[in-house]
Amino acid sequence: MDMDLITNILYAMIRTGTPLLIIALGEMVCEKSGVLNLGQEGMILMGAVAGFIVTLLTGSLFFGFLMAMAAGVIMSQLFAMITLGLNANQVATGLALTIFGTGLSAFIGADFVGQPIQGLDVIVIPLLSDIPVIGKMLFAQDAIVYLSFGLFTALYWFFRSSRTGLIVKAVGENPHAANAIGLPVMRTRYLAVAFGGAMAGLAGGYLSLAYTPMWAENMSAGRGWIALALVVFASWRTERVLLGAYLFGLASILHLVAQGLGFSVSPNLLAMLPYVATVLVLVMMSRNQSRSKMFAPMSLGKPFHVGS
Amino acid sequence: MNTPATNFKPDRPKRLVMKGITKQYPGCLANDSVDLDICVGEIHALLGENGAGKSTLMKTIYGIVKPDSGEMIWEGEPIRIKDPAHARKLGIGMVFQHFSLFETLTVTENIALALGDDASDMKALAEKIRTVSARYGMALNPERYVHSLSVGERQRVEIVRCLVQDIRLLILDEPTSVLTPQEVNTLFITLRRLAEEGCSILFISHKLNEVKALCHRATVLRGGRVSGACIPAEEDPSGMARMMVGEDMPISMDYEKVIGEDVFLQVRGLSRISEDPFGVDLKHINLDVHAGEIVGIAGVAGNGQEELLAALSGEYTIKNHDAIHFPCGPVGHLCPEKRRRKGLAFVPEERLGRGAVPDMSLKDNALLTGFLTGLVKKGMIDHQATENFAQKIIQQYRVKTPHSGTHAKSLSGGNLQKFIIGREILQNPQLLVAAHPTWGVDIGAATAIHQALIELRDKGAAILIVSEDIDELFQISDRLCALCDGALSPIKATNDTSLEEVGQWMAGMFETENKTDATSAQTDIGAPHVV
Repeated sequence: MDMDLITNILYAMIRTGTPLLIIALGEMVCEKSGVLNLGQEGMILMGAVAGFIVTLLTGSLFFGFLMAMAAGVIMSQLFAMITLGLNANQVATGLALTIFGTGLSAFIGADFVGQPIQGLDVIVIPLLSDIPVIGKMLFAQDAIVYLSFGLFTALYWFFRSSRTGLIVKAVGENPHAANAIGLPVMRTRYLAVAFGGAMAGLAGGYLSLAYTPMWAENMSAGRGWIALALVVFASWRTERVLLGAYLFGLASILHLVAQGLGFSVSPNLLAMLPYVATVLVLVMMSRNQSRSKMFAPMSLGKPFHVGS
Repeated sequence: MNTPATNFKPDRPKRLVMKGITKQYPGCLANDSVDLDICVGEIHALLGENGAGKSTLMKTIYGIVKPDSGEMIWEGEPIRIKDPAHARKLGIGMVFQHFSLFETLTVTENIALALGDDASDMKALAEKIRTVSARYGMALNPERYVHSLSVGERQRVEIVRCLVQDIRLLILDEPTSVLTPQEVNTLFITLRRLAEEGCSILFISHKLNEVKALCHRATVLRGGRVSGACIPAEEDPSGMARMMVGEDMPISMDYEKVIGEDVFLQVRGLSRISEDPFGVDLKHINLDVHAGEIVGIAGVAGNGQEELLAALSGEYTIKNHDAIHFPCGPVGHLCPEKRRRKGLAFVPEERLGRGAVPDMSLKDNALLTGFLTGLVKKGMIDHQATENFAQKIIQQYRVKTPHSGTHAKSLSGGNLQKFIIGREILQNPQLLVAAHPTWGVDIGAATAIHQALIELRDKGAAILIVSEDIDELFQISDRLCALCDGALSPIKATNDTSLEEVGQWMAGMFETENKTDATSAQTDIGAPHVV
């Protein structure tokens, strides 16, 4: 393989992995606080369609992304109201949110299918982007990719050394104890869910405004589910979520490359590759039960009532 | 007012006064116009049985529970405590019975969480934790993860968490129930010192001798009402017990110690590595339980009791079949049902979930382990026989329930415990393994359970009791040992050992015999004859 091909594969790996990374980081924060939101797909699609329509109408990508995040937050707060406010079952509510978001986004976006917009531009950083092999991958990407690098760094620090990160972990581990020492359990959970929604919306916007600048029904193509699995197999650790997301990106690219090189394997089998590879690698890594238990939020999915 | 030998005078300024606190829960009046006052520098005992309303009252002080009526006066000012954060701000700290700690965080992180924004400097806080814990004689390493701490150490974390703040009233909910006798002494020294410095302490307990040793005044609750107040130093324990129990219930009895007959349960070299990172490994346990005797295993919770019980009941199967032996042969590989068929009955530690299915009726729960006593015929349930069996348990063990169709989860802890114990004893097992048989049960019912155990013993059953309550173990067991960090201490006849010795065993101060299997096995069998 020549250098150019490797450079391009790495570049595409980051681009493909980015939406997954953003969704998974959002969901990880949400789960760390003890809330399991299975509504990712719905929130992503709502973010994608809302961002696309706003950009098409206003011509501003900035407002498009803002609207995408807002749509994600609104969807997530709907979920929070039902599961945290009314103590409904989180799994069932999350599934309903996915179905609702999928349907609603298709309905809203029906008139916008196939319309063209100008997608997000790549920002090439001079000098740094000329580094062989990794230059293009790290320094010739669009703004959202750079933002995702920042997001990862911020969250890594957040859970490692910030007090607020500690509170999120505590609330997810034992909400009753957290309440007893005076931590705001409900507020923390609402905010964590909102953050997860904002990230899902942002990732949706990235899909419809940058990755493939157009709107198509169900364009998230199961990324929400992969992100959910990613968080679990990454045993709720920021650096492993990053690894898993890019691994998925790499596998997605490889099947295109393989097809391009003329491997005589069914394209359907090759299309499975990213899912299989990601899950396999992460399962191998999370085999050690005792290590992953240290990071798993123990009260995940369990409703909490303030003492009575 | 006369004062006891202590230097405490009740005419000191009041720190907290509670008047007419009433709290009604659906179907239960938890507090019925309760009055309570605590002075500056006073250690005040709140006595009462389970369900007397102690927990509700202290949760009211700590802002977790809002009273329906009544008023609270804090240092002379009427006050309404909104939530635990508000209580902490006032200087009220609480040490819970079931600790409110986060296992996956370090000691420092746990304490920082409770302190609010002024705990941003973790290094300074760690230093402060060291100083405070050293000052009150409670050694603590701030860097350790909570899941690696013993129960006694966890309690220290909770206390230190209160002490690093400006503390004015410290509430301790049954703090000694998880400690060894030696640890209890250390705790009392700390508490006395705190009180001398002016901190008020509310000490919740049902152990009368501890209250007598430590507290200046006591308020006794019964059925949600104040049933009496006294100065423990001047009162004899049976008087206080009367105030707690009320009516003429038998309070305690001495039982005759006996020597067992043939060995029924034989455990040899039982080792098991725990799969749970927070679990305890069992280390080469040797134990014999003879027919017609009660063997007690003391120990602080989390020292391998759960794992040992799971291995004995069959929840874990053991690779080495011979490690657990009944007279009919090795049973280490058998599942719980097969062990039951060979004479085992089992009362697990966890009542809801292991002892009983929460969403099933008492009748169905009776069937769950009673199916071997003729309640099932050719695969069909005999409903009449099951109903009779459930009724028999309810009547003989005075389970308070409207009928046998009540769901297990709607019974109070003590009531359900009586039901589960009754269910197992009434099957007339040859071997009964019971965890915490009277945990959370009131004094009257505890006596009834003890008598039933003794009767079962006298009928020739082998009984193994695992309990955290040393007094109970001394009262009913014929031989005693202790479990510490997954290893079993030597076994001695109860009459030949002392509270101090068992306390040392609980703290792990004994030699583990690993190589001398054959000889230790012989001494084990010989041991009961020393009585």
